[in-house]
Amino acid sequence: MSVELRSKDEIRAEKRKNRTGIYLISPGLLVLTLFFALPVVVLLAMSLYVKPPGAEIGEFVPGFELSNYATVLSAYWPELLRSFWFALIATVLALLIGFPMAYLVAVRLRERTLLQGILLVLLIAPFFSSFILRTQAWKQILADEGFIAQSLKFIAILPPDGHLTATPFAVVAGLTYNFLPFMVLPIYANLGRLDTRLLEASADLYASPITSFTKVTLPLSAPGIFAGTLLTFIPAAGDYVNSALLGNNRDTTMIGQVIDSRFFKVIDYPGASALSFILMISILILVTIYIRRFGTKELM
Amino acid sequence: MKNIGRWLIPIIGGAAFIYLLVPIAYIFVFSFNDGGRANLQWQGFTLDNWLNPCGAPAVCESLVHSLQIGVVATVIATALGTGIAIGLVRYKFRFRKLTDVLIILPLATPEVVLGASLLAQFLNLGWELGYTTIVIAHVVFCMSFVIVTVRARVSSLDSRLEEAAADLYASPQAAFWKITFPLLLPGIVAAALLSFAMSFDDFIITNFNSGSFQTFPKFIYVSATRGIPPQANVIGSAMFIVALLVVIIGQVISYRRKKQLENA
Repeated sequence: MSVELRSKDEIRAEKRKNRTGIYLISPGLLVLTLFFALPVVVLLAMSLYVKPPGAEIGEFVPGFELSNYATVLSAYWPELLRSFWFALIATVLALLIGFPMAYLVAVRLRERTLLQGILLVLLIAPFFSSFILRTQAWKQILADEGFIAQSLKFIAILPPDGHLTATPFAVVAGLTYNFLPFMVLPIYANLGRLDTRLLEASADLYASPITSFTKVTLPLSAPGIFAGTLLTFIPAAGDYVNSALLGNNRDTTMIGQVIDSRFFKVIDYPGASALSFILMISILILVTIYIRRFGTKELM
Repeated sequence: MKNIGRWLIPIIGGAAFIYLLVPIAYIFVFSFNDGGRANLQWQGFTLDNWLNPCGAPAVCESLVHSLQIGVVATVIATALGTGIAIGLVRYKFRFRKLTDVLIILPLATPEVVLGASLLAQFLNLGWELGYTTIVIAHVVFCMSFVIVTVRARVSSLDSRLEEAAADLYASPQAAFWKITFPLLLPGIVAAALLSFAMSFDDFIITNFNSGSFQTFPKFIYVSATRGIPPQANVIGSAMFIVALLVVIIGQVISYRRKKQLENA
């Protein structure tokens, strides 16, 4: 087993194998370096650019203006906090809605292959109909003259002059809606491997259904929940399609919208870059804490 | 208590499926709306939109752009991503940890930041925004998903199969193309489909790196304020139906395989 025992031929074969590995990995790695790693560095550099006195709109020179960060943070901290808050609510809602969905398809319908297949197809297919088209449809469904708003007014849950669109409710509902499959699919994949005999065993040992759920099902589905929450939270925090189409007022603006308008309307590249960088770092910190706290086998 | 649990899951699950599908039903119904550009209210049933889906200006042009970009980005991302996935699992490699970070980080970065950093890069390089910059952006964000999907497949593959092929005097190339590749193919196809769907549907990253180049999601976003033409609903519905068919065919194939394996 030791190195000395290997023949020259074997060592040569090993080297050739390594070279194949390099050929396989290098092209993709090059693309990721040039168009992911480097751009993040460029973004960081751009966030420190300076606007020289008397410069035209959109004219900046390389510099080290740390105050760019203080400026955008003091101006846009409400939007930043709101983005995380909305994303968090949407993630929790998606989990509360998505877990029963995944459980229904993966466990309850295990014996009924046809129905299981149909529901699984319906879970995947929305990915292919346009995301923005669906959000726009959702807006029209929630519109004042729409069925839902009218019914809610009829049963007096919504005041007669109330609206559903252009509210935080609409934005969070849109976020939950759009990222729900990202929550359901990992949990489904996980519950698909759940051995239901374990639940029978726990029932035989006089565990109540709730105990069985919290002590058996939930810990076993933890990796799926973990992946699902990350796949929902991260894109939701940066999303601005939902807040722009379903909200688009002061109480609903999310940070993505601000970054977009700083880049393209105000032409404030350093400010926009600083905000992007703040968003990236905050998410990385949150995700790291989350992984440290829950990313072990003893989740829950 | 047991009864509540029994019914709670089908009720919440069923309601969730309705939640998921109502907007799609809405898109489908309104694809038959005789509304012209004002497709906000029901104006009457017509088949015209389905018979002439390119009737509204710029709808099909943007659709063709999105399809082209989707195909090109998917081919490149799948090829590069599959290479990395196989290389990482099967070969010793010096910058393994660094490569892992480079793969995972784009997944943990919100689209708006990926878009903004690429825009910063292109502005610095002085590249004109358009077709090429969109393709590059899509390759980058699709690649991570391809790598994760294919790598799971490579890891679950039994490497003794290749060793057996080598024992039977297959060259490494022959062992790869006759044994490894066919076994990886379902994973690669799934990754490519996912990649195409993500590229076709992407708005945020595209918006940052497209300049005035129009894609289908951009077209819908821009026309959202003054009413999306019903022809766009036709295209959205048609995509959904095609996706249904693709997924159903995939399910049937995997079901048959399972049956074959059980019988063997």
